[in-house]
Amino acid sequence: MKITKVAKAGTLESNDILIMVMPNESGKVELELESIVMRQFGDVIEQVILHKVKEMGVEGIMIKAQDKGALDYTIGARVETAIKRAF
Amino acid sequence: MGKSRRSMLFMPGNNPGMLQDAAILGADSIILDLEDAVSLTEKDSARILVRDAIKTIDYSQVEVVVRVNPLDTEFGPHDVDVIARVKPDTLLIPKANEEEIKLVDKMLDQIEIEEGHTPGSIKLIALIETALGLENVYCVIQASKRMVGVLLGGEDLTSDLGIARTKDGQEIFYARNKVATACRALKVDSIDTPFTDTNDFVGLAKDTAKAKSLGLTGKSAINPRQIEIIHSVFAPTEEELKHALRVLYAMEEAEKEGKGVCSLDGKMIDAPVINRAKTTVELGRSLGLIER
Repeated sequence: MKITKVAKAGTLESNDILIMVMPNESGKVELELESIVMRQFGDVIEQVILHKVKEMGVEGIMIKAQDKGALDYTIGARVETAIKRAF
Repeated sequence: MGKSRRSMLFMPGNNPGMLQDAAILGADSIILDLEDAVSLTEKDSARILVRDAIKTIDYSQVEVVVRVNPLDTEFGPHDVDVIARVKPDTLLIPKANEEEIKLVDKMLDQIEIEEGHTPGSIKLIALIETALGLENVYCVIQASKRMVGVLLGGEDLTSDLGIARTKDGQEIFYARNKVATACRALKVDSIDTPFTDTNDFVGLAKDTAKAKSLGLTGKSAINPRQIEIIHSVFAPTEEELKHALRVLYAMEEAEKEGKGVCSLDGKMIDAPVINRAKTTVELGRSLGLIER
């Protein structure tokens, strides 16, 4: 499944994450992540984002994420919203 | 989830930090709001976030209520369909009328079957905030066996009536009476409208006491700082509890002696006095103020 447009979800407030998704012509799933807890939880945040993308069966997507300390459920919810908005 | 609904705290449905804190703020019930607290452009985002919060966060110590959007909007039915599947305790239905309660009841019947939830396990509270809803409140409560309470929405109601909303609350005197009476008759909770000045604690205490004096059983809150005052007003005083226990003791003694009636401190104890004493003692027990 491919997204067709650029879309965003979330905010830059504390405990939240801002997710921007856009079509990726290369057909790959690529992620750019910034986080206030990058050193401690960067790997986990990345896993949560990529797991949600896989779960939704999306290919060819570029994801830019700016994390402000979001828990896993928030990260998953924001990624799902952004992808649904991008169809 | 708790049993008592002295306080019901509204929390915005699109704010992760507040959703995470909601369970530990001391309210009996939390209302995760998908309606007024969420802008039109964020309805989809809030719905997914609240769904995942319910699946993830430990809300076992509070009643989880979700206020969905009105069922006559494009968002309302979608909210019910998504949120009911993760089994909140209760849905709060805005601008409630008989038809909408019946409609959501049917939707929940179907979702519970599909998801394997216990039939009838998701409860309903009607938000009465229109003149039509208020005049039909008795029938609204009877529209579904899932109904466990009514929340009076004073702001929208006075707007619908075309009158000013004041701190004194005289303009909602009739509405409070009507809701309290219908709820008492049908044995469901009656929750008062929020007090919107979050810095006026004296006003909040007065307003809560007024609601209690008219028979309402709880009050909604829009700020965690309001909870303690609401609880203190709705808790029976030590004096009230002592008197209620004495009434019940006197009644038991009279029954042992085969007397049909009895008196306490020179006053006859009749059915209404006994019922009030029982209600006070039950509330005291549920709040842990007296031993079971």
